[in-house]
Amino acid sequence: MSARITLAVAARVLTQLRRDHRTAAMLLVLPCLLISLLWWMFDAADPTGQGFTRLGPPLLALIPFIVMFLVTSVTTLRERSSGTLERLLAMPTGKGDFLGGYALAFGVVAAVQSGLAVLVSVWLLDLGVAGDLWVLVAVAVVDAILGTALGLLVSAFARSEFQAVQFMPAVVVPQILLCGLFVPREAMPAFLEAVSNLLPLSYAVDAMRSVATTSGSALGSVDASMWADLGVVVGFALGGLVLGAATLRRRTA
Amino acid sequence: MNNAAVVEVRNLVVQRGRVRAVDRVGFSIASGEVVGLLGPSGCGKTTLMRAIVGVQVVQGGSVTVLGQPAGSRSLRDRVGYVTQAPSVYDDLTVAENLRFFARVLGASLDEVDRCMQVVALHAQRDQVVGRLSGGQRSRASLAVALLGSPDLLVLDEPTVGLDPVLRRDLWATFHDLAAAGAAVVVSSHVMDEAERCDRLLLMRDGVVLADETLPDLLQRTKADDVEGAFLELVEQEVTAA
Repeated sequence: MSARITLAVAARVLTQLRRDHRTAAMLLVLPCLLISLLWWMFDAADPTGQGFTRLGPPLLALIPFIVMFLVTSVTTLRERSSGTLERLLAMPTGKGDFLGGYALAFGVVAAVQSGLAVLVSVWLLDLGVAGDLWVLVAVAVVDAILGTALGLLVSAFARSEFQAVQFMPAVVVPQILLCGLFVPREAMPAFLEAVSNLLPLSYAVDAMRSVATTSGSALGSVDASMWADLGVVVGFALGGLVLGAATLRRRTA
Repeated sequence: MNNAAVVEVRNLVVQRGRVRAVDRVGFSIASGEVVGLLGPSGCGKTTLMRAIVGVQVVQGGSVTVLGQPAGSRSLRDRVGYVTQAPSVYDDLTVAENLRFFARVLGASLDEVDRCMQVVALHAQRDQVVGRLSGGQRSRASLAVALLGSPDLLVLDEPTVGLDPVLRRDLWATFHDLAAAGAAVVVSSHVMDEAERCDRLLLMRDGVVLADETLPDLLQRTKADDVEGAFLELVEQEVTAA
Protein backbone atom coordinates (compact mmCIF):
# COMPACT_ATOMS: atom_id res chain seq x y z
CA MET A 1 0.00 0.00 0.00
CA SER A 2 1.14 3.55 -0.64
CA ALA A 3 0.06 6.50 1.46
CA ARG A 4 0.48 8.81 -1.56
CA ILE A 5 -1.97 6.82 -3.69
CA THR A 6 -4.46 6.18 -0.87
CA LEU A 7 -4.59 9.91 -0.13
CA ALA A 8 -4.88 10.73 -3.84
CA VAL A 9 -7.89 8.40 -4.14
CA ALA A 10 -9.52 9.85 -1.02
CA ALA A 11 -8.97 13.45 -2.19
CA ARG A 12 -10.36 12.62 -5.62
CA VAL A 13 -13.51 11.00 -4.17
CA LEU A 14 -14.06 14.07 -1.99
CA THR A 15 -13.58 16.41 -4.96
CA GLN A 16 -16.20 14.43 -6.89
CA LEU A 17 -18.63 14.77 -3.98
CA ARG A 18 -17.96 18.49 -3.68
CA ARG A 19 -18.68 18.89 -7.38
CA ASP A 20 -22.06 17.21 -6.90
CA HIS A 21 -23.78 19.88 -4.77
CA ARG A 22 -27.07 18.07 -4.47
CA THR A 23 -25.52 14.84 -3.18
CA ALA A 24 -23.27 16.75 -0.80
CA ALA A 25 -26.24 18.71 0.59
CA MET A 26 -28.35 15.59 0.99
CA LEU A 27 -25.51 13.77 2.75
CA LEU A 28 -25.22 16.52 5.33
CA VAL A 29 -28.76 17.80 5.75
CA LEU A 30 -30.93 14.67 5.43
CA PRO A 31 -29.69 12.92 8.61
CA CYS A 32 -30.48 16.07 10.63
CA LEU A 33 -33.96 16.26 9.10
CA LEU A 34 -34.66 12.57 9.74
CA ILE A 35 -33.61 12.72 13.36
CA SER A 36 -35.77 15.84 13.79
CA LEU A 37 -38.68 14.01 12.19
CA LEU A 38 -38.28 11.18 14.70
CA TRP A 39 -38.27 13.67 17.58
CA TRP A 40 -41.33 15.52 16.24
CA MET A 41 -43.26 12.28 15.78
CA PHE A 42 -42.81 11.41 19.45
CA ASP A 43 -43.36 14.98 20.65
CA ALA A 44 -47.11 14.79 21.36
CA ALA A 45 -47.53 11.03 21.81
CA ASP A 46 -44.73 10.62 24.30
CA PRO A 47 -44.17 13.72 26.44
CA THR A 48 -41.61 11.92 28.65
CA GLY A 49 -39.23 11.70 25.70
CA GLN A 50 -38.76 7.95 26.27
CA GLY A 51 -39.42 7.00 22.64
CA PHE A 52 -36.97 9.49 21.23
CA THR A 53 -34.31 8.45 23.74
CA ARG A 54 -34.88 4.80 22.81
CA LEU A 55 -34.89 5.21 19.02
CA GLY A 56 -32.71 8.28 18.44
CA PRO A 57 -29.34 6.59 19.04
CA PRO A 58 -30.09 3.56 16.80
CA LEU A 59 -31.14 5.98 14.06
CA LEU A 60 -27.79 7.77 14.43
CA ALA A 61 -26.17 4.37 13.80
CA LEU A 62 -28.42 3.38 10.90
CA ILE A 63 -28.24 6.54 8.80
CA PRO A 64 -24.47 6.60 8.08
CA PHE A 65 -24.52 2.84 7.48
CA ILE A 66 -27.37 2.94 4.94
CA VAL A 67 -26.23 6.12 3.18
CA MET A 68 -22.61 5.02 2.76
CA PHE A 69 -23.70 1.55 1.66
CA LEU A 70 -25.76 3.04 -1.17
CA VAL A 71 -23.31 5.76 -2.17
CA THR A 72 -20.37 3.36 -2.22
CA SER A 73 -22.06 0.56 -4.10
CA VAL A 74 -23.17 2.94 -6.85
CA THR A 75 -19.86 4.86 -7.13
CA THR A 76 -17.76 1.71 -7.18
CA LEU A 77 -19.99 0.15 -9.78
CA ARG A 78 -19.58 3.30 -11.86
CA GLU A 79 -15.84 3.07 -11.40
CA ARG A 80 -15.91 -0.55 -12.58
CA SER A 81 -18.06 0.12 -15.64
CA SER A 82 -16.34 3.33 -16.80
CA GLY A 83 -12.97 1.60 -17.05
CA THR A 84 -11.34 3.93 -14.51
CA LEU A 85 -10.93 1.05 -12.04
CA GLU A 86 -9.15 -1.02 -14.66
CA ARG A 87 -6.94 1.93 -15.52
CA LEU A 88 -6.07 2.50 -11.85
CA LEU A 89 -5.25 -1.16 -11.33
CA ALA A 90 -3.03 -1.14 -14.43
CA MET A 91 -1.16 1.73 -12.74
CA PRO A 92 0.83 1.31 -9.50
CA THR A 93 -2.41 1.44 -7.44
CA GLY A 94 -2.68 -1.34 -4.87
CA LYS A 95 -6.10 -2.79 -4.13
CA GLY A 96 -5.65 -1.60 -0.57
CA ASP A 97 -4.96 1.94 -1.84
CA PHE A 98 -8.20 1.95 -3.78
CA LEU A 99 -10.35 0.55 -0.95
CA GLY A 100 -8.50 2.51 1.72
CA GLY A 101 -8.98 5.74 -0.25
CA TYR A 102 -12.71 5.17 -0.45
CA ALA A 103 -12.98 4.17 3.22
CA LEU A 104 -11.00 7.25 4.22
CA ALA A 105 -13.05 9.66 2.09
CA PHE A 106 -16.40 8.28 3.24
CA GLY A 107 -15.13 8.08 6.81
CA VAL A 108 -14.45 11.84 6.65
CA VAL A 109 -17.89 12.51 5.16
CA ALA A 110 -19.47 10.32 7.86
CA ALA A 111 -17.63 12.22 10.59
CA VAL A 112 -19.02 15.55 9.35
CA GLN A 113 -22.46 14.04 8.71
CA SER A 114 -22.72 12.39 12.12
CA GLY A 115 -21.15 15.35 13.87
CA LEU A 116 -23.98 17.54 12.57
CA ALA A 117 -26.67 14.98 13.39
CA VAL A 118 -25.32 14.53 16.93
CA LEU A 119 -25.20 18.29 17.48
CA VAL A 120 -28.80 18.65 16.32
CA SER A 121 -29.93 15.69 18.47
CA VAL A 122 -28.21 16.75 21.64
CA TRP A 123 -28.46 20.54 21.61
CA LEU A 124 -31.64 21.15 19.68
CA LEU A 125 -33.67 18.05 20.47
CA ASP A 126 -32.35 17.32 23.99
CA LEU A 127 -31.24 13.77 23.38
CA GLY A 128 -29.73 12.47 26.63
CA VAL A 129 -26.30 10.91 26.18
CA ALA A 130 -24.64 9.11 29.10
CA GLY A 131 -21.17 8.80 27.57
CA ASP A 132 -19.00 11.43 25.90
CA LEU A 133 -20.37 12.96 22.70
CA TRP A 134 -17.27 12.20 20.64
CA VAL A 135 -17.86 8.47 21.20
CA LEU A 136 -21.26 8.83 19.55
CA VAL A 137 -19.57 10.35 16.50
CA ALA A 138 -16.83 7.71 16.53
CA VAL A 139 -19.42 4.92 16.50
CA ALA A 140 -21.22 6.62 13.60
CA VAL A 141 -17.94 6.83 11.63
CA VAL A 142 -17.26 3.13 12.16
CA ASP A 143 -20.82 2.36 11.02
CA ALA A 144 -20.24 4.44 7.90
CA ILE A 145 -17.04 2.53 7.14
CA LEU A 146 -18.97 -0.71 7.62
CA GLY A 147 -21.51 0.55 5.07
CA THR A 148 -18.67 1.49 2.71
CA ALA A 149 -17.05 -1.94 3.08
CA LEU A 150 -20.29 -3.83 2.39
CA GLY A 151 -21.15 -1.47 -0.48
CA LEU A 152 -17.77 -2.12 -2.11
CA LEU A 153 -18.32 -5.84 -1.69
CA VAL A 154 -21.81 -6.01 -3.20
CA SER A 155 -20.86 -3.77 -6.12
CA ALA A 156 -18.82 -6.73 -7.40
CA PHE A 157 -22.03 -8.74 -7.75
CA ALA A 158 -24.09 -6.09 -9.53
CA ARG A 159 -24.05 -5.61 -13.28
CA SER A 160 -25.97 -2.33 -13.27
CA GLU A 161 -26.82 0.51 -10.93
CA PHE A 162 -30.39 -0.87 -10.74
CA GLN A 163 -29.05 -4.13 -9.37
CA ALA A 164 -26.71 -2.34 -6.99
CA VAL A 165 -29.63 -0.45 -5.43
CA GLN A 166 -31.55 -3.73 -5.07
CA PHE A 167 -28.86 -5.02 -2.75
CA MET A 168 -30.07 -2.55 -0.16
CA PRO A 169 -33.29 -4.49 0.64
CA ALA A 170 -31.31 -7.72 0.40
CA VAL A 171 -28.36 -6.81 2.62
CA VAL A 172 -29.49 -3.87 4.72
CA VAL A 173 -33.19 -4.37 5.53
CA PRO A 174 -32.80 -7.82 7.20
CA GLN A 175 -30.11 -6.32 9.40
CA ILE A 176 -32.42 -3.45 10.39
CA LEU A 177 -35.23 -5.93 11.22
CA LEU A 178 -32.99 -8.16 13.31
CA CYS A 179 -30.86 -5.53 15.06
CA GLY A 180 -33.16 -5.35 18.08
CA LEU A 181 -34.94 -2.16 17.12
CA PHE A 182 -38.40 -3.74 16.77
CA VAL A 183 -38.13 -6.77 19.06
CA PRO A 184 -35.37 -7.05 21.67
CA ARG A 185 -32.79 -9.54 20.39
CA GLU A 186 -33.15 -11.78 23.46
CA ALA A 187 -36.89 -12.05 22.83
CA MET A 188 -36.54 -13.32 19.26
CA PRO A 189 -36.97 -16.99 18.31
CA ALA A 190 -33.69 -18.75 19.07
CA PHE A 191 -32.76 -19.12 15.41
CA LEU A 192 -33.32 -15.46 14.61
CA GLU A 193 -31.42 -14.43 17.72
CA ALA A 194 -28.51 -16.54 16.50
CA VAL A 195 -28.72 -14.87 13.08
CA SER A 196 -28.89 -11.48 14.74
CA ASN A 197 -25.70 -12.32 16.63
CA LEU A 198 -23.96 -12.84 13.29
CA LEU A 199 -24.98 -9.51 11.77
CA PRO A 200 -22.73 -6.46 12.16
CA LEU A 201 -25.53 -3.92 12.44
CA SER A 202 -26.76 -5.57 15.67
CA TYR A 203 -23.44 -4.70 17.30
CA ALA A 204 -23.46 -1.20 15.79
CA VAL A 205 -26.90 -0.48 17.27
CA ASP A 206 -25.96 -2.02 20.62
CA ALA A 207 -22.85 0.16 20.75
CA MET A 208 -24.80 3.32 19.91
CA ARG A 209 -27.45 2.53 22.55
CA SER A 210 -24.81 1.82 25.11
CA VAL A 211 -23.13 5.21 24.59
CA ALA A 212 -26.47 6.93 24.95
CA THR A 213 -27.82 5.07 27.99
CA THR A 214 -24.96 3.65 30.05
CA SER A 215 -22.03 5.51 31.49
CA GLY A 216 -18.98 3.70 32.73
CA SER A 217 -15.33 4.03 33.55
CA ALA A 218 -13.95 3.05 30.16
CA LEU A 219 -12.48 5.57 27.68
CA GLY A 220 -15.11 8.17 26.72
CA SER A 221 -17.06 7.54 30.00
CA VAL A 222 -18.84 4.53 28.54
CA ASP A 223 -19.25 0.94 29.60
CA ALA A 224 -16.36 -1.28 28.46
CA SER A 225 -18.83 -3.57 26.64
CA MET A 226 -19.46 -0.67 24.21
CA TRP A 227 -15.87 -0.86 22.98
CA ALA A 228 -16.21 -4.64 22.63
CA ASP A 229 -19.33 -4.18 20.47
CA LEU A 230 -17.58 -1.53 18.41
CA GLY A 231 -14.60 -3.85 18.01
CA VAL A 232 -16.91 -6.41 16.44
CA VAL A 233 -18.17 -3.78 13.98
CA VAL A 234 -14.58 -2.79 13.12
CA GLY A 235 -13.83 -6.49 12.53
CA PHE A 236 -16.77 -6.81 10.13
CA ALA A 237 -15.73 -3.63 8.30
CA LEU A 238 -12.16 -4.88 7.86
CA GLY A 239 -13.45 -8.30 6.79
CA GLY A 240 -15.71 -6.59 4.23
CA LEU A 241 -12.78 -4.57 2.88
CA VAL A 242 -10.59 -7.68 2.58
CA LEU A 243 -13.37 -9.60 0.77
CA GLY A 244 -13.95 -6.49 -1.36
CA ALA A 245 -10.26 -6.46 -2.27
CA ALA A 246 -10.59 -10.06 -3.42
CA THR A 247 -13.28 -8.97 -5.89
CA LEU A 248 -11.01 -6.39 -7.54
CA ARG A 249 -9.27 -8.07 -10.44
CA ARG A 250 -6.30 -6.73 -12.33
CA ARG A 251 -6.90 -9.26 -15.09
CA THR A 252 -10.32 -10.06 -16.48
CA ALA A 253 -11.52 -12.55 -19.08
CA MET B 1 17.75 4.69 -30.40
CA ASN B 2 18.32 1.03 -29.63
CA ASN B 3 16.48 -1.94 -30.98
CA ALA B 4 15.79 -3.81 -27.77
CA ALA B 5 12.46 -5.62 -27.92
CA VAL B 6 9.92 -3.73 -25.83
CA VAL B 7 7.12 -6.20 -26.51
CA GLU B 8 7.62 -9.89 -27.23
CA VAL B 9 4.47 -11.91 -27.92
CA ARG B 10 4.84 -15.67 -28.36
CA ASN B 11 2.15 -18.10 -29.45
CA LEU B 12 -0.52 -16.13 -27.60
CA VAL B 13 -3.97 -17.69 -27.25
CA VAL B 14 -6.95 -15.90 -25.70
CA GLN B 15 -10.33 -17.56 -25.45
CA ARG B 16 -13.34 -15.33 -24.73
CA GLY B 17 -16.37 -17.51 -24.13
CA ARG B 18 -16.67 -19.69 -27.21
CA VAL B 19 -14.68 -17.35 -29.40
CA ARG B 20 -10.93 -17.69 -29.80
CA ALA B 21 -10.24 -13.97 -29.77
CA VAL B 22 -6.49 -14.33 -30.30
CA ASP B 23 -5.21 -17.48 -31.96
CA ARG B 24 -1.49 -18.37 -31.72
CA VAL B 25 -0.20 -14.88 -32.37
CA GLY B 26 3.48 -13.99 -32.18
CA PHE B 27 5.46 -10.83 -32.97
CA SER B 28 7.82 -8.41 -31.34
CA ILE B 29 8.02 -4.64 -31.18
CA ALA B 30 11.27 -2.73 -30.78
CA SER B 31 11.76 0.57 -29.05
CA GLY B 32 11.44 3.49 -31.45
CA GLU B 33 8.74 1.80 -33.51
CA VAL B 34 5.19 2.95 -34.19
CA VAL B 35 3.24 -0.20 -34.98
CA GLY B 36 -0.26 -0.08 -36.43
CA LEU B 37 -2.63 -2.86 -35.44
CA LEU B 38 -5.24 -2.87 -38.18
CA GLY B 39 -8.30 -4.96 -38.80
CA PRO B 40 -12.09 -4.90 -38.80
CA SER B 41 -13.87 -4.45 -35.49
CA GLY B 42 -14.20 -7.74 -33.62
CA CYS B 43 -10.94 -9.14 -35.05
CA GLY B 44 -9.20 -9.31 -31.68
CA LYS B 45 -7.26 -6.03 -31.68
CA THR B 46 -8.54 -4.90 -28.31
CA THR B 47 -8.03 -8.32 -26.70
CA LEU B 48 -4.46 -8.43 -28.00
CA MET B 49 -3.78 -4.94 -26.64
CA ARG B 50 -5.26 -5.89 -23.27
CA ALA B 51 -2.93 -8.88 -23.18
CA ILE B 52 0.06 -6.61 -23.85
CA VAL B 53 -0.99 -4.29 -21.03
CA GLY B 54 -1.55 -7.31 -18.78
CA VAL B 55 -5.23 -6.86 -17.94
CA GLN B 56 -6.43 -9.83 -20.01
CA VAL B 57 -6.64 -13.41 -18.74
CA VAL B 58 -4.80 -15.46 -21.38
CA GLN B 59 -5.04 -19.18 -22.11
CA GLY B 60 -1.67 -19.85 -23.70
CA GLY B 61 1.61 -18.41 -24.87
CA SER B 62 3.42 -15.48 -23.34
CA VAL B 63 3.65 -11.71 -23.49
CA THR B 64 6.87 -10.11 -22.28
CA VAL B 65 7.16 -6.34 -21.90
CA LEU B 66 10.56 -4.73 -21.22
CA GLY B 67 11.85 -8.12 -20.13
CA GLN B 68 9.05 -8.76 -17.61
CA PRO B 69 5.82 -10.75 -17.94
CA ALA B 70 3.06 -8.34 -19.08
CA GLY B 71 1.25 -6.73 -16.15
CA SER B 72 4.18 -7.13 -13.72
CA ARG B 73 4.28 -4.68 -10.84
CA SER B 74 7.46 -2.99 -12.11
CA LEU B 75 5.76 -2.21 -15.44
CA ARG B 76 2.77 -0.36 -14.03
CA ASP B 77 4.27 3.11 -14.33
CA ARG B 78 6.07 2.37 -17.61
CA VAL B 79 3.12 1.39 -19.79
CA GLY B 80 0.47 3.88 -20.92
CA TYR B 81 -2.82 2.40 -22.07
CA VAL B 82 -5.83 4.10 -23.62
CA THR B 83 -9.03 2.10 -23.95
CA GLN B 84 -11.54 2.76 -26.72
CA ALA B 85 -14.11 4.18 -24.32
CA PRO B 86 -12.48 7.11 -22.48
CA SER B 87 -11.63 6.05 -18.91
CA VAL B 88 -11.56 9.34 -17.07
CA TYR B 89 -13.88 10.74 -14.39
CA ASP B 90 -16.79 12.57 -16.01
CA ASP B 91 -17.45 14.67 -12.92
CA LEU B 92 -13.92 16.06 -12.63
CA THR B 93 -12.28 18.71 -14.79
CA VAL B 94 -9.56 17.83 -17.29
CA ALA B 95 -6.88 19.23 -14.98
CA GLU B 96 -8.29 17.43 -11.92
CA ASN B 97 -8.30 14.12 -13.78
CA LEU B 98 -4.70 14.57 -14.88
CA ARG B 99 -3.54 15.74 -11.46
CA PHE B 100 -5.15 12.70 -9.85
CA PHE B 101 -3.57 10.18 -12.21
CA ALA B 102 -0.22 12.00 -12.01
CA ARG B 103 -0.28 11.60 -8.22
CA VAL B 104 -1.13 7.90 -8.56
CA LEU B 105 1.77 7.44 -11.00
CA GLY B 106 4.10 9.56 -8.90
CA ALA B 107 4.69 11.78 -11.95
CA SER B 108 5.57 15.44 -11.46
CA LEU B 109 2.72 17.93 -11.67
CA ASP B 110 4.51 19.71 -14.56
CA GLU B 111 3.50 16.67 -16.56
CA VAL B 112 -0.14 17.70 -16.22
CA ASP B 113 0.37 20.89 -18.23
CA ARG B 114 2.64 19.24 -20.76
CA CYS B 115 0.16 16.44 -21.48
CA MET B 116 -2.77 18.85 -21.79
CA GLN B 117 -0.75 20.81 -24.37
CA VAL B 118 0.05 17.65 -26.33
CA VAL B 119 -3.61 16.70 -26.75
CA ALA B 120 -4.62 20.37 -27.26
CA LEU B 121 -6.96 20.49 -24.27
CA HIS B 122 -5.29 23.38 -22.52
CA ALA B 123 -8.18 25.72 -23.19
CA GLN B 124 -10.59 23.19 -21.63
CA ARG B 125 -8.46 22.49 -18.57
CA ASP B 126 -11.06 23.68 -16.07
CA GLN B 127 -14.06 22.16 -17.80
CA VAL B 128 -15.77 19.11 -16.39
CA VAL B 129 -15.01 16.14 -18.65
CA GLY B 130 -18.67 15.08 -18.83
CA ARG B 131 -19.49 18.32 -20.67
CA LEU B 132 -16.81 17.91 -23.34
CA SER B 133 -17.39 16.52 -26.82
CA GLY B 134 -16.66 12.85 -27.52
CA GLY B 135 -13.35 13.65 -29.21
CA GLN B 136 -12.25 15.91 -26.38
CA ARG B 137 -13.04 13.20 -23.83
CA SER B 138 -10.92 10.67 -25.74
CA ARG B 139 -8.12 13.22 -25.77
CA ALA B 140 -8.41 13.67 -22.00
CA SER B 141 -8.10 9.90 -21.67
CA LEU B 142 -5.10 9.92 -24.03
CA ALA B 143 -3.45 12.68 -22.00
CA VAL B 144 -3.58 10.43 -18.91
CA ALA B 145 -1.69 7.72 -20.80
CA LEU B 146 1.03 10.21 -21.77
CA LEU B 147 1.77 11.19 -18.15
CA GLY B 148 5.34 10.43 -17.15
CA SER B 149 6.43 9.55 -20.72
CA PRO B 150 5.93 5.76 -20.58
CA ASP B 151 8.28 3.36 -22.42
CA LEU B 152 5.36 1.61 -24.06
CA LEU B 153 2.16 3.25 -25.25
CA VAL B 154 -0.79 1.06 -26.16
CA LEU B 155 -3.54 3.09 -27.82
CA ASP B 156 -6.86 1.55 -28.79
CA GLU B 157 -8.37 3.63 -31.63
CA PRO B 158 -7.18 6.96 -30.23
CA THR B 159 -7.94 9.03 -33.31
CA VAL B 160 -11.59 8.08 -33.97
CA GLY B 161 -13.77 11.09 -34.67
CA LEU B 162 -10.99 13.64 -34.44
CA ASP B 163 -10.49 16.60 -36.68
CA PRO B 164 -7.88 15.82 -39.40
CA VAL B 165 -5.50 18.55 -38.23
CA LEU B 166 -5.50 17.22 -34.70
CA ARG B 167 -5.19 13.67 -36.01
CA ARG B 168 -2.08 14.64 -37.94
CA ASP B 169 -0.64 16.35 -34.85
CA LEU B 170 -1.33 13.35 -32.65
CA TRP B 171 0.42 11.02 -35.10
CA ALA B 172 3.37 13.42 -35.05
CA THR B 173 3.32 13.15 -31.24
CA PHE B 174 3.33 9.33 -31.42
CA HIS B 175 6.39 9.51 -33.70
CA ASP B 176 8.09 12.00 -31.36
CA LEU B 177 7.57 9.62 -28.46
CA ALA B 178 8.97 6.77 -30.54
CA ALA B 179 11.96 8.88 -31.55
CA ALA B 180 12.58 9.45 -27.85
CA GLY B 181 12.83 5.66 -27.41
CA ALA B 182 9.29 4.52 -26.64
CA ALA B 183 7.43 1.79 -28.49
CA VAL B 184 3.95 2.76 -29.65
CA VAL B 185 1.14 0.38 -30.63
CA VAL B 186 -1.90 2.03 -32.20
CA SER B 187 -4.99 0.15 -33.28
CA SER B 188 -7.40 1.32 -35.92
CA HIS B 189 -10.17 -0.10 -38.05
CA VAL B 190 -9.51 2.66 -40.55
CA MET B 191 -7.13 1.17 -43.07
CA ASP B 192 -5.89 4.54 -44.35
CA GLU B 193 -4.11 5.22 -41.07
CA ALA B 194 -1.64 2.55 -42.20
CA GLU B 195 0.62 4.99 -43.96
CA ARG B 196 1.38 6.74 -40.70
CA CYS B 197 2.84 3.59 -39.10
CA ASP B 198 6.40 2.25 -39.32
CA ARG B 199 5.08 -1.28 -39.42
CA LEU B 200 1.69 -2.95 -39.76
CA LEU B 201 0.05 -5.91 -38.08
CA LEU B 202 -3.03 -6.89 -40.04
CA MET B 203 -5.53 -8.93 -38.03
CA ARG B 204 -8.65 -10.91 -38.86
CA ASP B 205 -10.55 -13.43 -36.70
CA GLY B 206 -7.84 -13.50 -34.05
CA VAL B 207 -5.03 -14.26 -36.50
CA VAL B 208 -2.25 -11.96 -37.72
CA LEU B 209 -2.43 -11.98 -41.53
CA ALA B 210 0.57 -9.76 -42.13
CA ASP B 211 3.44 -8.27 -40.13
CA GLU B 212 5.51 -5.96 -42.35
CA THR B 213 5.97 -2.40 -43.54
CA LEU B 214 3.38 -0.84 -45.82
CA PRO B 215 5.60 -0.87 -48.97
CA ASP B 216 6.50 -4.55 -48.39
CA LEU B 217 2.85 -5.42 -47.88
CA LEU B 218 1.75 -3.66 -51.06
CA GLN B 219 4.53 -5.25 -53.06
CA ARG B 220 3.82 -8.75 -51.80
CA THR B 221 0.08 -8.56 -52.42
CA LYS B 222 0.35 -6.44 -55.57
CA ALA B 223 -2.41 -4.25 -54.16
CA ASP B 224 -2.78 -0.47 -54.42
CA ASP B 225 -3.75 0.15 -50.82
CA VAL B 226 -4.10 -1.57 -47.45
CA GLU B 227 -7.76 -2.34 -48.05
CA GLY B 228 -6.84 -4.16 -51.25
CA ALA B 229 -3.95 -5.95 -49.56
CA PHE B 230 -6.27 -7.07 -46.79
CA LEU B 231 -8.79 -8.50 -49.29
CA GLU B 232 -6.01 -10.22 -51.19
CA LEU B 233 -4.65 -11.86 -48.02
CA VAL B 234 -8.13 -13.05 -46.99
CA GLU B 235 -8.70 -14.54 -50.44
CA GLN B 236 -5.33 -16.29 -50.39
CA GLU B 237 -6.30 -17.83 -47.07
CA VAL B 238 -9.66 -19.02 -48.39
CA THR B 239 -8.01 -20.63 -51.44
CA ALA B 240 -5.39 -22.28 -49.24
CA ALA B 241 -8.13 -23.75 -47.03
